[in-house]
Amino acid sequence: MKPFNTFAGALLASAFFAGAALAQTELTMWYHGAGNDNEMKLVNEMLDEFNASQSDWKVVITAFPQGAYNDSVVAGALAGTLPDIIDIDGPILPNWAWAGYIQPLAIDETLIKDYLPGPKGVWDGKLYGIGMWDAAVSLVTRQSYLDELKLRTPTLDQPWTAEEFQGALDAAKNSGKFEYALDLGMAWTGEWYPYAFSPFLQSFGGDMVDRSTYKTAEGALNGDAALAFGNWWQGLFKNGYAQATQDPADRDGGFAAGKYAFSWNGNWAALGALAAFDDVLFLPAPDFGNGSKIGAASWQLSISATSKHPDGANAFINFALRPENLARFSKGLGLIPATAAAAEMTDNYKAGGPLAVFYDLSSRQGLLRPVTPGYPVMAKVFEKALADIANGADVAATLDAATDEINADIEKNGGYGH
Amino acid sequence: MATKFTVSNRTGWLMAGPAVLLIAGFVILPFFLAVAFSFTNQRLISPNPTEFVGLENYRQLLGVTTLTLEPVRDDAGAVVMKDGAPEYPSIRSLTRNNPDRPDLAGMREWFSFSSGGDSKTYVLARDVVFMKAIVNTFLFVLVVAPVQAGLALGLALLINQRLRGINVFRAIYFMPVVVSIVVVSLLWRLIYDGQSGLLNNLLGTLSFGLIPPVEWLGNPSTALGSIIAMSIWQAVGFHMVIWLSGLQTISPTLYEAAAIEGASKWQVFRFITWPGLRNTAVLILIVITMQAFGLFAQIDVMTNGGPLDSTQTIVFQAIERGYGKQDISGGSAISVILFVIVLSISLIQRWLTREKS
Amino acid sequence: MALISADNRGLRLATRYAVLGLIAVIFIFPLIFMVMSSLKPDQQLLEDSGNLRAFLPVGDISLNNYTAAFQRAPVATFVFNSVLVTGVTVLLSLLICSAAGFAFVFVNWKGRGVLLSILLATLILPFETIAIPMLLMVAHLPWIGTEGITWGWLNSYHVQIIPFVADGLTVFLFVQYFKDLPGELIEAARVEGASWGQIYRRIVMPLSGPILATAAILKFLVMYNQYLWPLMVVQEEGYRPVMVGLQYFFQLNVAWGEVMAYLSLITVPVLAFYLYLQKAFIASIASTGVKG
Repeated sequence: MKPFNTFAGALLASAFFAGAALAQTELTMWYHGAGNDNEMKLVNEMLDEFNASQSDWKVVITAFPQGAYNDSVVAGALAGTLPDIIDIDGPILPNWAWAGYIQPLAIDETLIKDYLPGPKGVWDGKLYGIGMWDAAVSLVTRQSYLDELKLRTPTLDQPWTAEEFQGALDAAKNSGKFEYALDLGMAWTGEWYPYAFSPFLQSFGGDMVDRSTYKTAEGALNGDAALAFGNWWQGLFKNGYAQATQDPADRDGGFAAGKYAFSWNGNWAALGALAAFDDVLFLPAPDFGNGSKIGAASWQLSISATSKHPDGANAFINFALRPENLARFSKGLGLIPATAAAAEMTDNYKAGGPLAVFYDLSSRQGLLRPVTPGYPVMAKVFEKALADIANGADVAATLDAATDEINADIEKNGGYGH
Repeated sequence: MATKFTVSNRTGWLMAGPAVLLIAGFVILPFFLAVAFSFTNQRLISPNPTEFVGLENYRQLLGVTTLTLEPVRDDAGAVVMKDGAPEYPSIRSLTRNNPDRPDLAGMREWFSFSSGGDSKTYVLARDVVFMKAIVNTFLFVLVVAPVQAGLALGLALLINQRLRGINVFRAIYFMPVVVSIVVVSLLWRLIYDGQSGLLNNLLGTLSFGLIPPVEWLGNPSTALGSIIAMSIWQAVGFHMVIWLSGLQTISPTLYEAAAIEGASKWQVFRFITWPGLRNTAVLILIVITMQAFGLFAQIDVMTNGGPLDSTQTIVFQAIERGYGKQDISGGSAISVILFVIVLSISLIQRWLTREKS
Repeated sequence: MALISADNRGLRLATRYAVLGLIAVIFIFPLIFMVMSSLKPDQQLLEDSGNLRAFLPVGDISLNNYTAAFQRAPVATFVFNSVLVTGVTVLLSLLICSAAGFAFVFVNWKGRGVLLSILLATLILPFETIAIPMLLMVAHLPWIGTEGITWGWLNSYHVQIIPFVADGLTVFLFVQYFKDLPGELIEAARVEGASWGQIYRRIVMPLSGPILATAAILKFLVMYNQYLWPLMVVQEEGYRPVMVGLQYFFQLNVAWGEVMAYLSLITVPVLAFYLYLQKAFIASIASTGVKG
């Protein structure tokens, strides 16, 4: 793979632009980044380069604000106005693939040979979506805190056990230095809950659904492991280690202000933490018995089922997967490049870089959220159950109710094609 | 007025026609579709064919039953005590995977009360969240309708005086109305904030620190109240203006006559103002009730129905299900239930406030 | 109280103003908070939000948030779209719903009782609950435009306008108000040979200032705050209204200063519209001697 020479490409393109434009077929694309200037600038740069790199296709983008994106796509699908290319949040991809909104990709296998598992959107054995990056969550703290609290520094090979993590929380709480020992990010609602917290449940040995069949949540979400998780989760709030309701401002700046000893936060916030302190550590998730787990999968590119030009859309996605494009978004937005080769092209993620740990976290601990069309409902149910338990609801009754709701939904949908 | 001079079928249809057609096309027709959906398993996103399921969606939403349990007794027949109260068999053991009680499968405890002697009666619901949503919505309407109408009338009377600069005050009282409810909810979320919110700081300062900070929206016992207070604050100006326009339809000559007779302020209100506001009162009561039953935006922005379902409402549930959980049939069934509830109430209201002829 | 001294009167006046002023503070403080916050950088905004500084233009004051808001989103386009859609809907709605109210109250025709009951029942349907069936409908309706007949109303202004022109509540407002007008006047005009159109234009409309204003502001607020419907039917950025635009500002870390600036900006047109209508609200029909 030869690195693409941006400057030469652009120069060439501008010289032949008029001629090329006439022959180019228009491809439409929807993207979730409206209002995020940085991200849109990078996307548009990539589009311009693609449009200039060949004479067959011209991608035209419409951006939506992220908060309104999924509803817009669903409405577009109902009304039959989906564009050729849509981007899609990884965990809901099976839902849209199952519904027939998108079609399998036909892309160069060699491009994704060394891919992280997270950015691959697979449903029913076929690749429907592919991401340019992944995201990962870590337990952010400072070396000086660990020293002061006399705690072992956990590693990827030897993460904290449940007891060690409990000990760390106790030490932080008893030191009296912090408002709360742990910042879980309770100020962020929505997808943050299943993304950031369901891996805890999975590390306990439970899950949002029984992944061997995807037909029931019984036993997975309300079995012994899930109850143990639920009690632990409730204890975090009841015993004052974490807060059930949090100021958004504290989520943004609380760790930097020294309010928390540990912060459960994503790689996208890592640069801010590094700027605040010079001894920041990004620790792996604790192991509650079944291995350390963190959530995987982020936004991915896919092609609508109604696209009249899947060949052009595939050509664009092939272009987007080039390492220099993966590196572009990593450099601009701090995201984890989807391949090691692209990671090497960035200062943050190359071996020894300040964020390289996230690439390892992603490849070693990343676990996809349940790969099923029923995920959007599960995510909602899970979020509510965790919020209720944090606010003091009965653990067993809440998890039972969540299990029933998920099972009823699976049944109502004829098993979601599993 | 039923004289031959006012009879004109052509004029009636011509003038009412456009509105009737538009409402039929863009409200009634989609509503019939929604009613139809409520008897099916229609999904927002699904490749599966839509099937007719009869009343299943309604049964799921409205299923309620009671269960009376005797306390657990030990071998000697004495009531087993736990934490100072008699212990009862767990509801879970009856409702989950219990072949003896298939009728209770999937039901949850809504609330319980002791029913004489040692026995305890549990009210179980198939959808406890929806039941709570109904109760919360009624609570909201029952508080908001009278309080908001009353406050609005008070403000209208206050503002309906000849005073220099009264226009400015009127505009200020009306101002929250012109700000979108979404915007208002965002602002009040900051004001109600449990840690650094304005309200907590204000109360703390006024009471010299005696009132501790409260998580207004994070506490099940204050969340709905906080939303009620904010909703009234936001909308009261609008109803003030409607009262005001009603006040101005009352002829000044009546007031002059009352002044000559030496009537007290209360008498003036009781015998002149209030009777003159009859149609306005009906209008305001109906409009507030309708708006209150539609409570959604505040919940969506501020609490998402939490904490512990203390702010669930009917419309929030309809939308949460229809869009969030992609269950159009369930969401439609909730809409139909809401329609029936509000229609019954408005029929009762109109009967109570009917003009006695 | 035989003697009302000048002092006493002054005191009572002062009390009145004090009461009015206190209530005014309750109603206006969040809005002052909004405007003041729009002038501050995020960090300071959040620090100030808990104390009196929230209401004062103190600290690092600038219009930076406004500049940033215009950079982040095409604010002017959103406001233009909302004002256009709202304005046209309000005008059409006043015309069509007042005519319907007129027909229901003053004209005797077959079917009016039944139709009125049906219309009133519709005013309790929350829009959200019929949005999906409506989307499926408008996606397939025909439209005659400059390009001849096209199918599907999506991505346009009319899809945001036409479904909302008539509604039960507005008709109901007019009906309740017209009931207060003296029917004898209308009948007398008919006897004298006035046409229905003349009665509507020359007698009823001139007496309807307050209700026209009320209906207009109510419709204005509903339309200006539309979110779900435009989200569903409009994909092109060029047709998006202000409430969809608000989403541009809710990224992972909310830029509160810009949010406040945007909120302040989009509130201006509504406020202007109300101030414009304020006179009509208050226009006393008592003085026309219609009633009593």
